[in-house]
Amino acid sequence: MQHVSAIREPLVTGGKTLHDVTQDICYQVEAKPNIRWMAALSVALFFLGVFFYAVYRTVWYGIGEWGLNKTVNWAWDITNFVWWVGIGHAGTLISAVLLLFRQKWRSSINRAAEAMTIFAVICAAMFPVLHMGRPWLAFWVFPFQNTFGSLWANFNSPLLWDVFAISTYFTVSLVFWYIGLIPDFATIRDRAKGTIAKFSYSMLSFGWKGSAKAWSRYETVSLILAGVSTPLVLSVHTIVSMDFATSVVPGWHTTIFPPYFVAGAIFSGFAMVLTLMLITRVVFRLEDYITLEHIALMNKIMMVTGSIVGVAYITEFFIAWYSQVEFEQYAFINRATGPYWWAYASMMTCNVITPQLVWLRRVRYSIPLTFVLSIIVNIGMWFERFVIIVTSLHRDYLPSSWAMFSPSIIDIALYLGTLGLFFTLFLLFAKFFPVINMAEVKTILKYTVDNGPTYNPQKAHAAHAHQPAVGAPASAPITYNKHD
Amino acid sequence: MTKRFAVGIFEDEDVLLHAIENIRAAGVKIYDVFSPYPVHGIDDALGIERSRLPIAAFFFGLTGLSFALWMQIYMLGFDWPMIVGGKPHIALPAFIPVAFELTVFFTCHGMALTFFTITGLYPRFKVPVMDVRATDDKFVMAIELDETSSQFPRLTQLLRDNGASEVNQKEMTNK
Repeated sequence: MQHVSAIREPLVTGGKTLHDVTQDICYQVEAKPNIRWMAALSVALFFLGVFFYAVYRTVWYGIGEWGLNKTVNWAWDITNFVWWVGIGHAGTLISAVLLLFRQKWRSSINRAAEAMTIFAVICAAMFPVLHMGRPWLAFWVFPFQNTFGSLWANFNSPLLWDVFAISTYFTVSLVFWYIGLIPDFATIRDRAKGTIAKFSYSMLSFGWKGSAKAWSRYETVSLILAGVSTPLVLSVHTIVSMDFATSVVPGWHTTIFPPYFVAGAIFSGFAMVLTLMLITRVVFRLEDYITLEHIALMNKIMMVTGSIVGVAYITEFFIAWYSQVEFEQYAFINRATGPYWWAYASMMTCNVITPQLVWLRRVRYSIPLTFVLSIIVNIGMWFERFVIIVTSLHRDYLPSSWAMFSPSIIDIALYLGTLGLFFTLFLLFAKFFPVINMAEVKTILKYTVDNGPTYNPQKAHAAHAHQPAVGAPASAPITYNKHD
Repeated sequence: MTKRFAVGIFEDEDVLLHAIENIRAAGVKIYDVFSPYPVHGIDDALGIERSRLPIAAFFFGLTGLSFALWMQIYMLGFDWPMIVGGKPHIALPAFIPVAFELTVFFTCHGMALTFFTITGLYPRFKVPVMDVRATDDKFVMAIELDETSSQFPRLTQLLRDNGASEVNQKEMTNK
């Protein structure tokens, strides 16, 4: 039994019973797709088409289709890669870190946030794989017994660490997400009417019955997976930042990168979670589960991580001046006042200034303002990566090789295309999978729903009071406090 | 093989926990309890022992770590030594990230496979359940009956006295 302070805001509103939760969440899985979902899916599918076209051009004609040149040889692609990986981090933070900290409010958002993680990592992986030029040889990055004289991979390279980090992150997130889905698939299976639905959800539910021992193990496994995912999520963006930090390029070669990148990742991830949740709760009528309280809490995390990012920007500048290294100083002056000043200005405005509005309660609890703010943060974080990558590379040690970068139409198509890929996957998920973890919401229901317990044991006992109990007194103690 | 069960349906987790204690105290063996979410305290009430999965997790992690270190040291130190940036062949600090990632990889997937195997979870065409409401909003307690189901009336009474809202008889084939 858990005790929840009376002054806490309820996590689920509307006086829901256990059955109401099942009903509300299963509704969109069982109902015919609505017109808004169909419209959204058509738009997403159009951009998925754009994605396939851009991939075709990139693979058929080569990397020359992109706007890269020999000076700026990482630009749009790696910006997008880091942006997408960063977005994924909020999902793991919600599902693992908040689980370890026993933050019960995560229950109604963790399923969708984890789905976002998985789809974001899929989108992220597209960029380095396509940048290889011959994506069908992508398996060469793994150390495998080969015919080139057993030349293994170079384990000293952060790029190889990235291969291991991203693939571990993807598979671990997928498994963690799937184990959480199994009990909910069982719920849908037991309600399913149609043959195909019954068959599919039977397969997906892995024969889950909800027996006491299975639940006990389920909880143990969830805790262990959360325990390993927590350092994992921190390691992933740390390693991504080392792709830059271990090089000698001015503006990249800084020890502040790992924490700075991790904070930025969580910052942008929460912005994306907010964007998606604000849409999902309206489209699927989940306002009782994803309440204003949830939005305010996510806003607070966004503000904290946003402020950390702001401090990191200023620290970088200070250290460049303090280091007395002229190349380092030039790199930062060039960022703020050089030809890409507008990217730097967008980054500063979107990431440092506007998120501070969240200090105001009125902003934190306002749905339209939060929505706009979350989009602004997403844009700002995209510019952050663009600033770090492009402005550091375009003017390095040798002025004779300075160059400018501008994206080609294929670059832009590929970026918009991954957005299409992401939203296609997310919309399919939202239609066929339960968007809220029903089992977990049911756990917290009795203690946090605004109308209190949905079932009165006293009444049930009164009904049977005339029958003498076998082996136990009829007036059973109502508050079962043994396990407190 | 067909088994017969007395299936008691409970509406509330606290009533269920209390019923489990009383029914076990009355000397009746409970076959299993099915619930829509993990009920805290049910392990103690049913006498389920603490899971040894964390021990398995530790050894999976250890396997991953040893494998990663062996792989990197063997490949770069012995099989095809390479000098990268003037560093030693076996540059241990540089091997830490991959060693960490593989530790997590082995722990996670080892745990998932162990969990699926010992709990008997795998994709199947049909899933026979005691009561379909066990995954929705009811707590279901199953007590095994003998061939003749002679104890059913007595068990019905026992379950009802302990707060079951209904008691059914259920036959299950294969398991």
